[in-house]
Amino acid sequence: MDELYRDQILEHYKRPHNFGVVEGADLEYEDTNPFCGDEQHVTIKLDAEDRVAEVAFEGKGCAISTAATSLLTDELVGKTREEVLRLPKEYVLELLGIDISATRMKCAMLGLKIVKSAALGQPAEWEDEGEVGDPTEAATF
Amino acid sequence: MTVTAETFPIARVREQFPLLAREIGGAPVAYLDSGASAERVLASIEAVDDYERHHHSNVHRGSHTLSAEATAAYEGARDTVARHIGAADRREVVFVRNATEALNLVARAWGDANVGAGDRVLLTEMEHHSNVVPWQQLAERVGAEIDWAPIDAEGLLDLDALRALLERGPKVLAVTQVSNVLGTENPLAEIAAMAHEAGAVVVADGAQGAPKLPLDVAALGVDFYAITGHKLYGPTGIGALWGRLDLLREMPPFLGGGSMIRKVTREGTTYADVPARFEAGTPAIAQAIGMGAALAWLDEELGMEAVRDHERAIADYTLGALAEVPGLKVFGPPRGPERLGPVSFELEGVHAHDVSEILDRHGVAVRAGHHCAQVLMERLGVAATARASFGVYTTTEEIDRLVDGLEDARRVFGL
Repeated sequence: MDELYRDQILEHYKRPHNFGVVEGADLEYEDTNPFCGDEQHVTIKLDAEDRVAEVAFEGKGCAISTAATSLLTDELVGKTREEVLRLPKEYVLELLGIDISATRMKCAMLGLKIVKSAALGQPAEWEDEGEVGDPTEAATF
Repeated sequence: MTVTAETFPIARVREQFPLLAREIGGAPVAYLDSGASAERVLASIEAVDDYERHHHSNVHRGSHTLSAEATAAYEGARDTVARHIGAADRREVVFVRNATEALNLVARAWGDANVGAGDRVLLTEMEHHSNVVPWQQLAERVGAEIDWAPIDAEGLLDLDALRALLERGPKVLAVTQVSNVLGTENPLAEIAAMAHEAGAVVVADGAQGAPKLPLDVAALGVDFYAITGHKLYGPTGIGALWGRLDLLREMPPFLGGGSMIRKVTREGTTYADVPARFEAGTPAIAQAIGMGAALAWLDEELGMEAVRDHERAIADYTLGALAEVPGLKVFGPPRGPERLGPVSFELEGVHAHDVSEILDRHGVAVRAGHHCAQVLMERLGVAATARASFGVYTTTEEIDRLVDGLEDARRVFGL
């Protein structure tokens, strides 16, 4: 079996979960992977307690970025905005369950970066993601 | 001896590129990414090595032996570049870091002096970001307007639309000779004549064209032409701007510093004549020598007619081979005797990044992404493509390996 392109990854790539747009979203953000031009747009609806009630994403991307965001958005409902902002990159890597090389780290982290940017209301930046820096540090109000 | 497509000495050529012995994924690398950066020819590697070991000193600065040797080698490289591109005068060759810097130099030094508020700048949809962004920055600085010459459905520049846009009287037309995505060769001489008739200065991006085509900038009739060393089998960090001598001489300096002055006083500075005026600071001496050596190797060992014919033959073979891969769509002009590389494509159901990752396992190196041509990507309606680009060392066997790798990508993705 292929290590990188295992069935779970390809399944999420071909039929991504939470794909689309949440109507009347409270939070939204769109960003690109400047390395390859891939785009994702995330929309989030919050409940009265500031928890994620609904989340969706759309866009064009490779198997890794699409599967990563599909898997990540599966986990977000019920999390507070602050909890979302504290998610470390390892959270996404564990969901993916595969080794991600340095060249594909930007693909794997695109969704997390956009989700955090949406929660933050501004671009969440961390140094050259995947090599150095900690996404949790981007999560300061 | 004249080298033709039939007699192209591919085995001897490949021996001149040490990196091609490198194995990736258990197989010798099939390097199909020369459009991004070509591998280094031994003649260039050795010229740099010899200079660094035996001749290095600063140029244009001392009367001691080493400085004289370094200066002679550096200026000799300028002569080689001038000969290679068909410059009428060696002073028309300005050494820069790369084609990007050459184009920025024109947009800054010529642009700021000649383009003003309300003036028009004409670009094409197939330009690399290096021939887009400097002009957008110029337009922003001076308040100029940008027009975009479109491509047609086949990926050729729409010359009727270009002519109509030229009637708006742009100050400058910035156009690539060969598209880094589509493999389109623009009819540069014809375009330059049209543009001159409309009163526009023509700035040609030769980053992709120069490695594939015989060059005679004087005959092309353009006003500026930019090349980069590392796509010409030489080092990174070196490129050249060719410009018409009269235009260069009218231009103010680009960067200020050492070497570019005639005299500096507390009150002010007078500037050196060209090309020194545009070469502030200690230049990339070893890299210029390496670039000169690579060009000399191309001219003496192969000749650019043979290089062009080989490029066309490989592009044709690739287009034929890729037509057999199910679900594969090629961007750019159809198969034909004059079609150049690169060949950009999309494999239905597999993102370009994943295509490239799987090909890499087979030792096949291609680029995936937007190729620094996002305006073109938008026009084509894709975020990314995979791109196979060729060099003098590319073989049909390597293209067969590309096809095998693509079949594997389809298998991995269950297609």
